[in-house]
Amino acid sequence: MKNTRNLKDIIFKNLIKLLTNISILVLIGIFLSLIIKSAPILKEKSIIEILFSTKWQPFKKEFGLWTFIISTFYVTIFSLIISVPLCILSSVYLSEYCNKRIKIFFLSIIDILAGIPSVIYGIWGVIIIVPLIKNQIAPFFNASSNGYSLLAGAIVLSVMIFPIIIQITVQVMENVPRELREASIAIGATKWETIKFVVLKKAQPGIIASIIIATSRALGETIAVLMVVGNVIKIPKSVFDPAYPLPALIANNYGEMMSIPLYESAIMLSALILLIIVLAFNVLARIILIRIERKS
Amino acid sequence: MEQKSHIEAKKLNVYYGNNHVLKNINLQIPDKKITAIIGPSGCGKTTLLKSFNRMIDIFDEVKVTGEVLFDNENIYKKNIELTHVRKKMGLLLQRPFPLPMSIFDNVAYGPKIHGLKSKKKIRELVEFYLKETSLWNEVKDKLQAPATSLSIGQQQRLCLARGLAVEPEVILGDEPTSALDPIATRKIEEKFHQLKKDYTIVIVTHILRQAKRLADYVIFMYLGELIEAGPADKIFNEPEKELTKEYIKGLIS
Amino acid sequence: MIKRKIEEIVFKILMYSAFITVLISFFIILFTILIKGIPSLNLKMITQTPKGGYYLGKEGGILNAITGSLILACSSTFLSMMISFPIAVFLNVYNKKKSRYVQVIRFSFDVLTGVPSIVYGALGLIVMYFFNLRASLLGGTIAVTLLILPLMCRGIDEVLQMTPKSLLESSYALGSTSLETSFKILLRQCYPGIITTILISFGRGIGDAASVLFTAGFSDNMPGNFLRPAATLPLAIFFQLTSPIKEVQSRAYAAAIILTMIILFISIMSRVISLRFEKYKIK
Repeated sequence: MKNTRNLKDIIFKNLIKLLTNISILVLIGIFLSLIIKSAPILKEKSIIEILFSTKWQPFKKEFGLWTFIISTFYVTIFSLIISVPLCILSSVYLSEYCNKRIKIFFLSIIDILAGIPSVIYGIWGVIIIVPLIKNQIAPFFNASSNGYSLLAGAIVLSVMIFPIIIQITVQVMENVPRELREASIAIGATKWETIKFVVLKKAQPGIIASIIIATSRALGETIAVLMVVGNVIKIPKSVFDPAYPLPALIANNYGEMMSIPLYESAIMLSALILLIIVLAFNVLARIILIRIERKS
Repeated sequence: MEQKSHIEAKKLNVYYGNNHVLKNINLQIPDKKITAIIGPSGCGKTTLLKSFNRMIDIFDEVKVTGEVLFDNENIYKKNIELTHVRKKMGLLLQRPFPLPMSIFDNVAYGPKIHGLKSKKKIRELVEFYLKETSLWNEVKDKLQAPATSLSIGQQQRLCLARGLAVEPEVILGDEPTSALDPIATRKIEEKFHQLKKDYTIVIVTHILRQAKRLADYVIFMYLGELIEAGPADKIFNEPEKELTKEYIKGLIS
Repeated sequence: MIKRKIEEIVFKILMYSAFITVLISFFIILFTILIKGIPSLNLKMITQTPKGGYYLGKEGGILNAITGSLILACSSTFLSMMISFPIAVFLNVYNKKKSRYVQVIRFSFDVLTGVPSIVYGALGLIVMYFFNLRASLLGGTIAVTLLILPLMCRGIDEVLQMTPKSLLESSYALGSTSLETSFKILLRQCYPGIITTILISFGRGIGDAASVLFTAGFSDNMPGNFLRPAATLPLAIFFQLTSPIKEVQSRAYAAAIILTMIILFISIMSRVISLRFEKYKIK
């Protein structure tokens, strides 16, 4: 008894198998074409020269990316310096000390925070953070700044990565088995000692993974940073100097790049470099997370 | 029809990854009787039951060798019409799993997918099988309510009705009363007694008393091996094997 | 002993202040948008397109950006839904959980969710070159679809993974095929979760600026043609905020408050849905 139901099932199965494979292939194909698009400039100049030169003069065919790369890393590192301690302390408070109601309330706020678009963070940066740096923070350190600076970018970014670190950290801390805590308290440790020596230690890989994911988010964040960071092509010497990260370079030059072929290729290469850096961080974080999952 | 709904396993071996879960099982399930598969937990009872309708296919890393004959046809051979095989064997799980739809649709689902279109016939079928499982009077006023609104015991009877509605020849039960309270359990057991005149019933149970109450035929499993099989009287009163004796006495569990 | 106590107290204070800082920054963001946005919001703003150029004209509103964003987000959410539901079904119903293939696909989508939206913008641009498209609503839709596809695939996949295996067994035991099980059982069982995922992806799509920056372009007119550039809310904010003209800036603030309200609405909706629509669901 051959029936149409089974036939339909088989057809559907093969269709969605095809769809899955095609989607993956198309995505890989697009990534490959990013490489093809950035090939022209790599034919003209060596990758080392492009990566480590600070000369960016598109009309003289100088496409050194070092200023942008170093700006990207500065902004990211400073945002992590602000964000990581705040997030880990809050997460410990949330998962160990505070009552359940506050926790649910706070985590829903974190959820909303995660969904807020980056332009909104950008506006906040422009309206609040930039004037704050210009009028309060920079004068306090005897520096002059118009506010659009590395620090502004870092502060905006740090708030944007709060949700990522807090969500994952709270989750891994909650997954630490209760028996472990009980064992530690039974020996006579205080609650804080239990957290310090047992819970945080056990949760460490997860926390690291969350920080890596946050890092990759920060590295690639474009609009919010672009709006407050100043965008001056010069390696910043202090946190009050403007910076010019890689994503901002891509975003700012989309209009002009059509006219000069090498220019376009340089921008595509920047996108490729950004992609490779971010992918590397992501793969690392995912591998750590998968390891944790396997262990538990 | 009489001899057809015959289940037979020949040299059946099942592996989960490197775990050898069923070891060389040979058995025959008698028709129109209640067969109970008993044994300590983790001995492969459920796996054996679910190998009868190839439900073990959906588990990870499963390998099966040997044969399960149903109507003298090996259900593990290629190109078998699997939906057809499964349709002929109703399945009751440890916990009732009503489908995510109304009470009415739960029973109507099976006949509908198997091609029944007439609304009137479907309604008759639903009523018939809900009566068959003594559920009709309890639910006749709320047929469109979600099935999850029923009590666990009612849900399990609904699952039975749902299974019967596709007109199976065999009913497989995987500890079908383990989530139920004693009263609901008794209702299900009574149903089994009534149903065995039309159906071949196989249940897995780890409750010896339940096996004694229900079974005509008993299969005793231990660590993936079939130790002893035979009529209930014989297994409970004069078992041949030492292991069976110890299990019946409650020395191992 | 005293040292141990003091250490705990110090850290408690630190934790508490960190917690308060995070909380306060959230409210500052929200209040900034509200305080700047509410005065700018009026009927004209949401019923008119900008008059005299979006960067210079003092008259008109942001209706072009609102409609543009809604069309763009709806069409890309729909497109990626059409692709990701079948993929998630394929992974969960037609493959075994631990199979290598499933793990590889899952891992790839996980990694892809981390790719920055500016890169998806560049990728969208490449696809547009390939089909000889210029900056247009269609181009923007392609880029945003690429952006939310991995998110949605993994989201729906997670939802389907939560389905109890026994429910699938029950369906198979009645003689259903996998196809019937997917659409008649799984879809019903999981739809609150699927809707939540769709809403989240929609929110991500409507709010993203970097991916539409070079793919959708910008226009003062109402979007009418998929092959013409269209305005979007995030870009309306981005372009108009830096204008020296006050009236233009207030268009940016109005766009910001509308976008924020859409996001908040989505966030609350998805919560309500996952709480309420669980009556058929088995746990």
